[in-house]
Amino acid sequence: MTATLTLTEDDVRAALSTVVDPELDEPITDVGFVRSVTVDGSVVEVHLRLPTSFCAPNFAWLMVSDAQDALRALPGAGRVVVELDDHHDSDLINAGLAADAGYRGTFGHEAEDSLDELRATFRRKAHTAAMERALTAWLRADPARAEDAVGALLLRDLPAGPVTDALLDRRAALGLPVDPTSPVLLAPDGTRPPAGAVTATLRRARSVRISVDGNAHFCRGLLTTRYPGAEADQTPRPSIDSRPLLPLEVLS
Amino acid sequence: MTQLALDEPAPVEEDGVYSKDGEDYFIVDAHIALWDARPENQLNVHGKQFIDCFYDYHRNLSPESEVWPYEEYLYQGGERLMRDVFGNGVVDHAVFQPARLGEFYARGFGQTEEAFALTQAHPDKLTYNHWFDPRDGERGLDQLREDAERFGLKGVKLYTADWHGDSRGWKLNDPMAYRYFELCRELGITNIHVHKGPTIRPLDRDAFDVADVDHVATDFTDLQFIVEHCGLPRLEDFCWIATQEPNVHAGLAVAIPFIHTRPRYFAQIMGELVYWLGEDRILFSSDYALWTPTWLVERFVDFQIPADMTEYGPLTTAVKKKVLGLNAAKLYGIPVPPELQLPDADETATGPREPGSADLAMA
Repeated sequence: MTATLTLTEDDVRAALSTVVDPELDEPITDVGFVRSVTVDGSVVEVHLRLPTSFCAPNFAWLMVSDAQDALRALPGAGRVVVELDDHHDSDLINAGLAADAGYRGTFGHEAEDSLDELRATFRRKAHTAAMERALTAWLRADPARAEDAVGALLLRDLPAGPVTDALLDRRAALGLPVDPTSPVLLAPDGTRPPAGAVTATLRRARSVRISVDGNAHFCRGLLTTRYPGAEADQTPRPSIDSRPLLPLEVLS
Repeated sequence: MTQLALDEPAPVEEDGVYSKDGEDYFIVDAHIALWDARPENQLNVHGKQFIDCFYDYHRNLSPESEVWPYEEYLYQGGERLMRDVFGNGVVDHAVFQPARLGEFYARGFGQTEEAFALTQAHPDKLTYNHWFDPRDGERGLDQLREDAERFGLKGVKLYTADWHGDSRGWKLNDPMAYRYFELCRELGITNIHVHKGPTIRPLDRDAFDVADVDHVATDFTDLQFIVEHCGLPRLEDFCWIATQEPNVHAGLAVAIPFIHTRPRYFAQIMGELVYWLGEDRILFSSDYALWTPTWLVERFVDFQIPADMTEYGPLTTAVKKKVLGLNAAKLYGIPVPPELQLPDADETATGPREPGSADLAMA
C-alpha cells in the first residue's frame, strides 16, 4: 500500500483553528496569533505570537501545547515543532514543549495547579457570554420585552443564526442540555435560576460578556500595535466589530 | 540619578478650574507615576519588555496627536510631569502610585526620591503614595513604619504580580500581608491601591484574580481598597466583589483610554461600574505617563452612553464630577472648593446600586 499523504499549509491552519484562546473564546487563527507556518514533507514548524511579552504564561502554555497536540494528530505529520516567539517565558516554554515536559514539568514550583480548572473556568465564562449575547439580542428585538421575561425563554424561542449556534456549541461543550425545550437562562453552575434571581443572573452574565469582549478588544488591538500588519491575519469578531465606532461626542 | 533642582520648581501655570459648558470640575488624577525605564536603568530584557508593553498600550489606545516618541516615553522627569499633568490647569491634584519592579530595574521603576521631592515642592498638587511587599518580611514592616513617617503616607500601591526572587506574585490574603495591613491600620494608611489588570501575569498566583480583594476588604473594613484597572480583564469578578464590599472602589487606569478607540466598550464598562458600584466609588486615573490626563478629562466630560444602550442610564454631570475628582478627594482628604462639592448618592450599602436605571424595556 502506498497511500501518500501530502500535508499542506491549509491542513496545518485547519488544525490550528481548533485551538482556542480560552480567555477570548476565539480560535488562535482568527485573532492572529499564528505568526508562521512551514511544511516540509512531514515536518511542520509553527510559530505563535501574543499581544504582549507579559501575556499569562499559563494561558500561553495552554495554547501552544494545544497547538502541538492538534498538529501531532494530523495524518501525515511527522516531526512537529511549535514555538512561542517574543514572550518573557519563550525559552522556558519552547524547551518544555520540545522535551514533552508538560505544564508542571516546565514551570516547576510555580505551577501548583493543573490547567484543567483554568480551562473549565473559561469554558463556563464562554458559555455565559454566549448566553448573554443571545438573550440581549432577543430583548433588543422588541422594545416591549422586559428583562425578567428571559427567565421563561426556551431555546426554541431563539431565532436561528450564528448567535444561537454559538450558544448551542458552548452548551454542548459543557454538557448542558441543548434540546429545544431547555431554558436559555442558566446560572454559572448550569442550574435554572429562581424567578427572583432572573434579572440578577442576566446582569451578571452581561458583565462576563463585557469582560470577554473587552479582552478581545484589548488583545486584538495590542497584537496589531506590536506586529504591524497583523490585522490582515485577524478575522472580524462579530460581537465587537459589528457596530461602527461612535463619533467621539454623542448626545449630551 | 537625574537630579531635580528643588530650588527651581517646574513652571506651572496658575490654577484654573476645568470648565465646560458652564460646569466647573475639580479634577483628581488618582494614579500617576514618575518612572525611569531608560536602558541604563534596565536590569535585564524584562525591563525592556515591560516598558515596551506600556508603550504598546500607549500607541494602541491614544489619539494620534497624543502619541509620544519612544525615547520620551522612557523617562519624563519632574518638570515635564508638572507640565503634562497640571500645565494647562486641567488636573487640580494627583497621586503617585509607584511600582517597584526591582527585578527588572536597577533603581526600581517608580522613582521614589524624585517623586517625593516633587511632592514636597508642590504639596497642594501632589500626594506621594509608596509601596510595600510582604515578601520583605519583618524587615519590610520596619521599613513601612519609616516610610509612613517620612512620606506622610495616606496610601500605598500594591503590585501583587511583582517578581521577587523565585516568586512571581503574592496574594493580599497571605498571612504576612495581613501583618502589613494591620500596620497600615495603625499608621493611618487607609487607601490601599491594588493593581489588578493587564501587564505582568504570574502563574497560579494569578495577578488578575480579584478574589483576594474580597478577603481583605471583609477583614479590614476600615481600609479602602481601590482596584486599579477595575479588575480588567476580569471586570465581572471585580464588580461582584465590589457590590458586596462597600470599601472597594474602581480605579479607571487603563480602562478610560478606551473612550477614544472603543467608546462603545468604554460605555459598557462605565455602565457596569455605575450599576454595580454606584457613582461614589469610581476614580479617574490617567496612569500618567501611560497617558496624559488632559485629553482623557476632556473626552470624559464630553462622553455619553450611546442612546441604543438602553440597559444603562445616562452619565449625569454629577456622576462625571464625582468620578473625575470628588470621589478621590474624599478618600484623600483633599480640600475641594465648597461650590464644587456634591452630596453622596442615596444608595444601598450593598447590592446593585442603580438597578432602576437599567432595564431594556424601560427605555
